[in-house]
Amino acid sequence: MESVDVKHLQELLNSFANKDVYIHLETTNGSYASHFQEGFFNAGAFIRNVIIRYELGKVAGESPHRVGLKLPSGWIYAQGITHYTVDEHNRLLMAGLGPDGKLAVALEISETPFAY
Amino acid sequence: MMLQKERHVLVVFPHPDDESFGTAGTIAEYIEMGVPVTYACLTLGEMGRNLGNPPFANRETLPQIRKQELLDACDAMGLTDLRMMGLRDKTIEFEDPEKLVNMMTDLIDELHPSLVISFHPTLAVHPDHNATGVAVIEAMSRILEANRPLLYMKAFDNDTLNQLGEPHVVHHTPNVADKKIAALRAHASQTVWMLPDMEKRWAANDQDALDWLYNEAFYIHKFK
Repeated sequence: MESVDVKHLQELLNSFANKDVYIHLETTNGSYASHFQEGFFNAGAFIRNVIIRYELGKVAGESPHRVGLKLPSGWIYAQGITHYTVDEHNRLLMAGLGPDGKLAVALEISETPFAY
Repeated sequence: MMLQKERHVLVVFPHPDDESFGTAGTIAEYIEMGVPVTYACLTLGEMGRNLGNPPFANRETLPQIRKQELLDACDAMGLTDLRMMGLRDKTIEFEDPEKLVNMMTDLIDELHPSLVISFHPTLAVHPDHNATGVAVIEAMSRILEANRPLLYMKAFDNDTLNQLGEPHVVHHTPNVADKKIAALRAHASQTVWMLPDMEKRWAANDQDALDWLYNEAFYIHKFK
């Protein structure tokens, strides 16, 4: 993955618009967060292989970026995106990595299902 | 404490690297003693957070990287019977409990172990760890007492000492420390952040660091 190039990422988001696509969205602090820091309120969310169709996708803000997808009757967005890549299956993989290299958020878009 | 001779040891943990952090010395020592050891690893650690910055992996390539690390760690410990059980990281607690119990029962029926090693059902910190322990205990509780293997559990919640007291069993395994270090190194995606510091401390004969390397603690589960 490379650091986000806003113009390029925006083009990629445009290329998946108005198509049925599979989504992976994840936010996490890691399962050990409240073990290492007592009282830490550990929250996260995860969805994978849900099919959506967005009419508009946009990358916003300075790094770390925000990426939002406008659906016919709803929204998906991720905050904290720092890196992205298009892999060999033409999937757009976006991730927010802290300075320690740990994933905090991921948003991935694919025309084919992700592996289990 | 010396390791007792066992007929067969079955190790059940959910993530590649669980076996290396807590039991690599024990596994390597049993194998050197000629005791067959099977490791059933429930997931491929697909949800691991360490991707590096700059990244060496992404969410979709990490499972393959961790699978290879698991194979390399097993090689380092001398373990030849690795079972990859095909569940997904961070979902164990949401699985059908009976499906998990049946998975454990099938392993025990097939391998007929005299000792099973897994996680404590409430004091193992990660939800996958605890859920694995719950399934192992439930499966073993259905075995007639006379046929039931011993169960060693890893527990490392901050409240462990308070709730369980001192560990019942501590394996002292300095003779296989090189194999444990090699197993930890094999899981580079998980250990590259802690190992350089650890290696310095081992080289400096830091007692805490050497205790961590040489001693592996377990609690024996008492079935009702």
